[in-house]
Amino acid sequence: MTTVAQSPAASASGSYVTSQKTIRSWLLATDHKRIGVMYFVATSLALALGGLFALLLRIEHLTPGPTIVTALTYNRLFTLHGVTMVWLFMIPSIPAAFGNFLLPIQIGANEVAFPRLNLLSFWIYVVGAAVVLGAMWLGALDTGWTFYAPYSAQSPSAVVPTLIGIFIVGWSTILTGINFIVTTHTMRARGVDWMRLPLFTWALYGTSIIQVLATPVLGLSLLVVMCDHAFSWGLFDPTRGGDPVLYQHLFWFYSHPAVYIMILPAMGVVSEIVSTFAHKNPFSYEAIVYSTLGIAFVGFLTWGHHMFVAGMSSFDAGAFGVLSMLVAIFSAIKVYSWVATLFRGSIVMATPLLYVFGFLLLFMFGGMTGVAVATMSLDVHWHDTYFVVAHFHFVMVGGTLTAWLAALHYWFPKVTGKMYSERLGTLGFALVFGGFFATFVPQFLLGNGGMPRRYYNYPARFQTLHVASTLGSWVLAAGMLLTLGYLSLALVRGRGAGGNPWNSRCFEWRTQSPPSEKNFDGEPQLSLGAYDYTTPWRTVQRTQ
Amino acid sequence: MSGQAHASHFESGARQADATLLGMWLFLASELLLFGGLFALYAAGRFENPSAFRQGVALAAKTVGSLNTGILLVSSSTVAVSVEFLRRDQRHASVICLLTTVLLGAAFLALKFSEYAEHFKAGIRPGGAGPFFATHATPGLALFWTLYFFSTGLHAVHVSIGLLLLGSTAWRVSQGAITSARLYSLQNVALYWHLIDLIWVFLWPLYYLA
Repeated sequence: MTTVAQSPAASASGSYVTSQKTIRSWLLATDHKRIGVMYFVATSLALALGGLFALLLRIEHLTPGPTIVTALTYNRLFTLHGVTMVWLFMIPSIPAAFGNFLLPIQIGANEVAFPRLNLLSFWIYVVGAAVVLGAMWLGALDTGWTFYAPYSAQSPSAVVPTLIGIFIVGWSTILTGINFIVTTHTMRARGVDWMRLPLFTWALYGTSIIQVLATPVLGLSLLVVMCDHAFSWGLFDPTRGGDPVLYQHLFWFYSHPAVYIMILPAMGVVSEIVSTFAHKNPFSYEAIVYSTLGIAFVGFLTWGHHMFVAGMSSFDAGAFGVLSMLVAIFSAIKVYSWVATLFRGSIVMATPLLYVFGFLLLFMFGGMTGVAVATMSLDVHWHDTYFVVAHFHFVMVGGTLTAWLAALHYWFPKVTGKMYSERLGTLGFALVFGGFFATFVPQFLLGNGGMPRRYYNYPARFQTLHVASTLGSWVLAAGMLLTLGYLSLALVRGRGAGGNPWNSRCFEWRTQSPPSEKNFDGEPQLSLGAYDYTTPWRTVQRTQ
Repeated sequence: MSGQAHASHFESGARQADATLLGMWLFLASELLLFGGLFALYAAGRFENPSAFRQGVALAAKTVGSLNTGILLVSSSTVAVSVEFLRRDQRHASVICLLTTVLLGAAFLALKFSEYAEHFKAGIRPGGAGPFFATHATPGLALFWTLYFFSTGLHAVHVSIGLLLLGSTAWRVSQGAITSARLYSLQNVALYWHLIDLIWVFLWPLYYLA
């Protein structure tokens, strides 16, 4: 193994951070890197807010009866928690923040295909988020993040303003998806063929396809609900000839693929980090690529598994169950490939890899319980219980959030040029991982014991598990705050990270950190593959 | 963009044209899915209320609806011809074709709104409101008309946006801001207009004919 390779250190030409210093030059930036950073800041604020809602929910459950909020406030809180986390944090978190920053660099381009559209997407997101959160003052929303009809058409809370906000955010998602697909097709540097693309780019590509094709269906469903609510058109209201089950079909036709909008980029992050820290090419590049595309495709055919108890023929339910399990097969291919990549690698332990290990374990849990709830007979028992809540939090938090933290630590030196404290990183990971486990394992038990989700009160026999879950959420929050603290500290006075602190071969590490405004000085040197750890770096540099 | 035919981050003008057209095709795909949801609602509604939907179709303004189909089809061809004129640098002819398209689109909207007015006069309003439904209580009939107003209304919104785009593009072509070197700007608007036409071609049989 030759890993002493060095990539270019910070050159004299300055970076995207230092090129212009005014606030205006950030807010109106068309540079994909600056837009990525702005997305990161905005989505992180959403994460903090969504986390705050979650903490309040958990505190409410410390006692079986009323604790700190009223039942109506509780309903509004869990709705806001879901809406904020899904649309304002998770969907844009990895693709729009890290994707924007890295996609052009990973394909050797100096920009996305449509830089101004990219800036527009960001501001559309901000406006949409402001409308969603502004609706809190108009009475918020108490339907749950799924807005099931016909209640959503009748709820006295602020249905229309909230849905308008989500509709607006959807535009941002679609435009970003279009931008990324076109960028991948048309902006690749010479020599970067499809099968030489970094795996994170592939993940973004699969994600973007879902963003473009699924989001409009959500937009339409929300439009119909808004009309039902505002003008009482009753398209989803059974008393007026409408069909509420149709709403569920349309909603999940979007929202199940949306789960893969959240997890595919996370998988891309894991593929990158595993290869970098094992200093080894992925066990099977092709298997990861094709399983990414497989998930993106099959994800469109699984929505019915959310509706096993909503009135569905047993044939349909069986078909949706089998299709859902296909996703588990694709996911398992990835997991095996990652583990096989680590096997006999020259592993260097560091915070990003710790988070990837956390991801592997938690995602396995989430995935296996996913197979369980995709089985109709079992789902009838677990439907709408804390079991389901725990299952999707294992995938969404244990998967996406853990990978987001891994990405944050992995690319922090790339984006800022600074290095954080590895010791605090390890401590942060221990708190996040332990806190997560303590929060959600009790919820599996609660759900299996019969505790329904979204209930304000509960029988006293569930209290111990609820208290355990709440305590876990505090540990998780402490881990997140610690991470915020040491990363902020590193930003201000961290030591310089050098161009390539991880000795990675991936394309984004072949330019200085932080990158210059144009990403690469001159023609990018991409003839050596992104995961080629067998060719000595110096040999390659000599021949280039 | 002084002296340069393409934006600086693109390698060439041809690459920029490819990128822009691909972007529009993807956007059209998302539009199809948007309307796809409405077609799904229609399919389910019709499956559940076959006779009410037939009754609704029988009451639809067949003549106006079919005339509108003809208008949109012709407008699609005029915008296609406008692209071909600009490709040959015949700016004037291209602008005339574009303006014809705008006129046809406006005529479509005018007819569409006259149709809405007729329905309102007859007491047919979305959501089963209006005196018509007091006398025609067939289950599913209100659903048919609500879907009709929703689908054609959403389509009309698209037509209006299309008209704005066509109008501003006609202006830019006439000013020489869009030339054969930037043909894709016109092609994109034409593609969008074709999609609007295509969606109508499916709405027409569903709500007026069968």
